[in-house]
Amino acid sequence: MNRKVYGKLIFELSRKGRRGFRIHAAGQAQLPAGIPANLLRQEPLELPETDEPTVVRHYTNMSTNNFGVDTGFYPLGSCTMKYNPKINDEMAAHSVFAGLHPSTPTYAAQGALELYWTLQKALCEIGGMEEFTLNPFAGAQGELTGLMVIRAWHFSRGEGEKRRKVIVPDSAHGTNPASAAVCGLEVVEVKSREDGTVDVADLVPLLDDTVAAMMLTNPNTLGIFEKNIPEIARLVHEAGALLYYDGANLNPMLGVARPGDMGFDVMHINLHKTFSTPHGGGGPGAGPVGVRKGLEKFLPNPRVVKRSVTPDGFPVDKNRRYGIEYSPSALGSVSATLGNFAVQARALAYILSFGSEGLMEAGKLATLNATYIKDSLKDVYLLPIEGLSKHEFVFDGLKDKSTGVTTLNIAKRLLDHGYHAPTIYFPLLFHESLMIEPTETESRETLDEFIGAMREIAREAAEDPETVKTAPHLTPVTRPDDTAAALNPVLTYDML
Amino acid sequence: MNRYFPHTPDDISEMLARCGVRQLDDLYADVPESLRLKEPYRLPAEMDEYAVRRFFDSLADKNSRIRTCFAGAGFYDHAVPAAVRSLAARSEFLTAYTPYQPEISQGTLQYIFEYQTMMARLTGLEVSNASMYDGATATAEAVMMAVASQRKRNLVLVSATLNPAVRQVVDTYARYHGICLVTVPEENGVTSRKEIAALLEARGKEIAAVVVPSPNYYGIIEDHEGLADLCHASKALLIVNCIAADLATLRTPGELGADIACGDAQSLGIPLSFGGPYLGFLCCTKALMRKMPGRIVGATVDSEGRRCFVLTLQAREQHIRREKATSNICSNQGLMTLWVTIYMSLVGAEGLREINAAGASTARYLLEKMTSDGRARLRYPGQPFLNEFLLETVFNVDTFIARCIQDAGILPGVKIDSNTILMAATELQSREDVDRVFEIATTCV
Repeated sequence: MNRKVYGKLIFELSRKGRRGFRIHAAGQAQLPAGIPANLLRQEPLELPETDEPTVVRHYTNMSTNNFGVDTGFYPLGSCTMKYNPKINDEMAAHSVFAGLHPSTPTYAAQGALELYWTLQKALCEIGGMEEFTLNPFAGAQGELTGLMVIRAWHFSRGEGEKRRKVIVPDSAHGTNPASAAVCGLEVVEVKSREDGTVDVADLVPLLDDTVAAMMLTNPNTLGIFEKNIPEIARLVHEAGALLYYDGANLNPMLGVARPGDMGFDVMHINLHKTFSTPHGGGGPGAGPVGVRKGLEKFLPNPRVVKRSVTPDGFPVDKNRRYGIEYSPSALGSVSATLGNFAVQARALAYILSFGSEGLMEAGKLATLNATYIKDSLKDVYLLPIEGLSKHEFVFDGLKDKSTGVTTLNIAKRLLDHGYHAPTIYFPLLFHESLMIEPTETESRETLDEFIGAMREIAREAAEDPETVKTAPHLTPVTRPDDTAAALNPVLTYDML
Repeated sequence: MNRYFPHTPDDISEMLARCGVRQLDDLYADVPESLRLKEPYRLPAEMDEYAVRRFFDSLADKNSRIRTCFAGAGFYDHAVPAAVRSLAARSEFLTAYTPYQPEISQGTLQYIFEYQTMMARLTGLEVSNASMYDGATATAEAVMMAVASQRKRNLVLVSATLNPAVRQVVDTYARYHGICLVTVPEENGVTSRKEIAALLEARGKEIAAVVVPSPNYYGIIEDHEGLADLCHASKALLIVNCIAADLATLRTPGELGADIACGDAQSLGIPLSFGGPYLGFLCCTKALMRKMPGRIVGATVDSEGRRCFVLTLQAREQHIRREKATSNICSNQGLMTLWVTIYMSLVGAEGLREINAAGASTARYLLEKMTSDGRARLRYPGQPFLNEFLLETVFNVDTFIARCIQDAGILPGVKIDSNTILMAATELQSREDVDRVFEIATTCV
């Protein structure tokens, strides 16, 4: 990464009369007469006027102030920043699919539909679910979709109005309660025990006939496997509610256990986490939703199906087996199309590149990498919960609290060492949470270097705390003023 | 070992020793035996890169070859500059996370700031967020935002001319969120102003917002002059759903006095990709800024006084406010904002106007041709349109579409019913393409 700030904005490179792209045929076109003047744009539009070389240099230079997985290690807890294989990008950009309009008749899009269907089936196998939809665009939308499935099921049983509560652990991802609220549900928090797992004694009195669902991620956000999951599932089901699996932490379960077998009824998977589609600086991701048998009819429209006979019994031409259907029992629609198709293509390429055997290994190696870091650092960083953890774990800051060096300081100092920061101040169970998730695609050498940097920061915190507290020192910019940004929001170039 | 795992057998055994266990399974001693996978996944065996490529090629071969398309309905076949593809593929952008660490994310933050500026200018509104998933969810979020920003108003009027695929998503969100939608009927293909006025008159105190499109589902440019005043007189917000690229030419939501503009920005050079990823946009007045869903980037200075950019107004968001957040959105369409920002930088305002003009003039030629033998006619004659229109045909639309695909590799439009088709043109379709489509139409019955 370039440690010098580039900092220019495209608007500052604009010069009247420059153009970076031109379609010759379009240049000769005049806007046809007949559109009344009051329907036309009144004020001139100002966009940059820039040539192609200028644009290419601008964004190339801008990119050098960015840190990606290809730049270096990204131990960002709960985000599963694993390596994004290049072949997947190539498959996602396949020219035949890139030019395909979403309303192409199904007989002309059999390959695209087969791609979608094949991934859907692979996720069913991995999740232990009956059916999947790939339509949701992101994990949070997957949660919302899953909760809609659950509500639709309760409505179908005449209990929709009564069951309006969702039980969420206090350690849950922020999207869980937010998705519940968007879905029109009330959030009830269940406490965690000291080891971070659900307090079953606290859960029991919360379960009554007003509860629609309980949302859980397993392992939880502390990386700890909920051993009591069979009992929790039994209690939730006995209360007439359903159990939702937040797939954000699915990665360590690959090859070990399936949410469906743990007793979950509905789940989402973040393809941009477990199945390595690139995070793209915040998206696009994908949040497919799976359901156990009996819930599939509530999945959102449109649905991709494979049929060898028509509903009235006629055989289907083998070249037209894949179709798109709309069901009146569906919860509705959460997307105008079949979702982020090119992201789905990447995830399928990833699954095929691993095959059954590779996927069986992935989760265990992710856990090995995390445990290796944890056990190599717990003498200097405070490990609040001893015992087995999975793909991620949480330190509660430095062991030595006398230096005044905080988790934020440590995170910022790591940037100077050439690493992305871990997730900080989450989960909220500890004051100085520092959550580390290395994923399976990091080598032992990388982990050793990172461990070395973390130890070096701990040493520095004791010997020269000021340097840590004023970090970062080697980044393109340092300690931006967040307060000023929020107090006086400058959100466009025109507001600068 | 799989090619993406760096671990050697020695690495694994030495690392296990550091962890104080003997084998990988010991790290899972806390997972009850009854829950464990007993057999490997029933999935294909590992493929090398060439096998993966062959697999995707074989899928591609099962699609019909379609070289150009007159299909729209919200998503259009525009030219994609090579520089956009190349720059958006830079892995510093592609493999980065959400820019929560501004010191090492200035690249991402800067292009989002540029994007917000361009979208604000395009829509004529003051501020933009950092993207929604697609145009449909952007519209649903705009509706929820309007309701959340008003006290005790839970009713939203939605025009019948809104794209039904968008409407379905808005309906779904509204139903579960507990918002009541009332459809404003159409009159000769456009939103009935009379009905809006009557509904505002009768139920003005309950109405949080009015949602209208332009261009609408039929491609008609609706005249919303004066609608904002009508809405604001009842303290209802005006939400305009629009097609991003068209705003270089058409009257902007800002010029109409709208409070929120939303829609899809796929038209700004994003490939069709069978439905995604696309890009939802949401812009609004400064007054509503703190009610916006999703991420927002703001300018500030660092401790050495240098201009820089950060995620801001985060007190609205789910990771801080949990169930009280303005939305549950977390991941958005990040990289697609880079895509359209580079697109707009290359094409410019003049280029966008040219592209719109080219689509509009080809669309007129298409309409002229298709209606020249009296076997098809415009459903709403006399209504202004840019590059898309609704056609009623004497011939069967399914046959027409199938023959165009099979004989010419052209997708001629979006079927509405057996005798109605929505047709659109962009800068990419030639007059020869139009002639070919018409020639095929003459053979259809």
